[in-house]
Amino acid sequence: MFMLRYTLKRLLATIPVMGVVALFVFSLLYISPGDPAAVIAGDIATEEDIARIRAQLGLDQPYFVRFGHWLAGLARGDLGTSIFTKLPVATLISQRIEPTLALTVCTLIVAVSLAVPLGVIAAARAGGWIDRVVMAVSVLGFSVPVFVIAYGLILLFAVRLDWLPVQGYRSLSEGFGPFIQHMILPSVALGIVYMALIARITRATMLDVLAQDYVRTATAKGLAPSTVLTRHALKNAAVPIVTIIGIGVALLIGGVVVTETVFAIPGLGRLTVDAILRRDYPIIQGITLLFSAVYVLVNLLVDLSYSLFDPRIRY
Amino acid sequence: MAAIAIPAPKSASPTWHFIRDAFRRHPTAIAGAIVLAAMVLIALLAPWLGTVDPLAVSPIRRLKPPSAEHWFGTDMLGRDVYSRVIYGARVSLAVGLAVAVLATVIGLAIGLVTGYLRWLDAVVMRVMDGLMSIPSVLLAIALIALTTASLRNVIVAIAITEIPRVVRLVRSLVLTLREQPYVEAAVASGTKLPAILLRHILPNTLAPLLVQATYICASAMITEAILSFIGAGTPPNIPSWGNIMAEARSLIQIAGTILLFPGIFLSLTVLSVNLLGDGMRDALDPRLARRM
Repeated sequence: MFMLRYTLKRLLATIPVMGVVALFVFSLLYISPGDPAAVIAGDIATEEDIARIRAQLGLDQPYFVRFGHWLAGLARGDLGTSIFTKLPVATLISQRIEPTLALTVCTLIVAVSLAVPLGVIAAARAGGWIDRVVMAVSVLGFSVPVFVIAYGLILLFAVRLDWLPVQGYRSLSEGFGPFIQHMILPSVALGIVYMALIARITRATMLDVLAQDYVRTATAKGLAPSTVLTRHALKNAAVPIVTIIGIGVALLIGGVVVTETVFAIPGLGRLTVDAILRRDYPIIQGITLLFSAVYVLVNLLVDLSYSLFDPRIRY
Repeated sequence: MAAIAIPAPKSASPTWHFIRDAFRRHPTAIAGAIVLAAMVLIALLAPWLGTVDPLAVSPIRRLKPPSAEHWFGTDMLGRDVYSRVIYGARVSLAVGLAVAVLATVIGLAIGLVTGYLRWLDAVVMRVMDGLMSIPSVLLAIALIALTTASLRNVIVAIAITEIPRVVRLVRSLVLTLREQPYVEAAVASGTKLPAILLRHILPNTLAPLLVQATYICASAMITEAILSFIGAGTPPNIPSWGNIMAEARSLIQIAGTILLFPGIFLSLTVLSVNLLGDGMRDALDPRLARRM
């Protein structure tokens, strides 16, 4: 019951945020140069044809009327039409979503499964060499841009050692082996920044938790150090860690665009970059809207997960 | 950056004692300051550092490996990569500094006013929340796609992505500061709102803002490089580290070194600014220093 009411409350709270995002993205479309009516009409249309299409699409209406139409379109899954390919943006996005989803999931797995243990060990051995290495790597992770890491990895593991392919993408349907081979370098490159962020927060939170009385009690009653670390400390450090994983998704999304460019992965990032070169505004705005919605949704889920990790949190 | 400028000791105590002490206490911050100072010097002195015209093409000398004549080799148009990288320092540092100043000043103004005027707060914060939920690289891309590529537009677009974070910080500072007895006293004695904001609240937000500005500078340099790299940033006729790497993208198998040099310079510069920021943050809040 509490949970349900909280979920509803949080859902309602995302409405104004998404409203601002939608208004912003629509405004960008509104002021972007180019006439969607002319695009749809094609090259041989006359002025009157274009004017007729413009009236039909409601493009001659005032700003807020058009915003309403656009929102109604969104509700039907209509993200507009690409200027260059003349295909619906929603179709283009759905064609390209698989590689991006694969890259994001692989990166999440790589980053979280490495960062959390590293952060825990660093905190447990605060001041030791593992701690120093983790801290140094996390500072580096914030300072070395993802494409620099990516090219460093390519030069070493693909060009020099020839262990992994330089670039490209294989769908999971083409077999697990080739898929993973092509995923390792991109997801590691993209994961490092994210890892730096998560490891840093994990370490800081764990240091706080390890100083608590109940941790001392657990150690004093003779529990194995690993049990104290995971069962007593990590569980209580989970909320800030999950929060930063959610916030870091923004970093991940920005990084996806770059990583896909470096590794020639035909996903949404490539679609964005190609759209920039062709000034295909509806695509850029459609992807911006989609990624923002994903980001808001992920953070909503993070919020809702709190009571799972900490039963004391009741709404 | 000014925060770590060490005042020259007036007494007879040798200067280098002071420097050694500072080094011992904040080794990474001082190292960051030194690297950053070196980069600033490189940027300012670019024409006198053995560089040639970074735009001069020379088709017969394309894709030469590093040599005595071309320290970092030449690119696919025969341009000297060393000169391009050295001149690239100007773009990165200028963008970092300009974005940090622009975003901090505008964010400070918005944050001060909204933190104090409750009726404005709800609206402005919803707008900021909305802007913050658009991943910053995409927001910058969407803004730049609308305009023509120019250094000024890149700076403005990146600044817009950073402003909400500054507003949040300033607002949260103002919310605590406005409850302070000296602010209440100022209100009670009839001080006008602008004077309260500027005299009593503003000075107390400056130290945390300076730290934030350093991080913004670092992140702006990365964003500029990312935007240039994907072709939505600094116009190609200006040699920036992101541009050099974008042009070398297809050469990874035959001339990987062209990618390496701007990458190293960029990473070193961002690292130095981040270390400086960490040092200042620790100096401001020693309690945090032990944890982070």
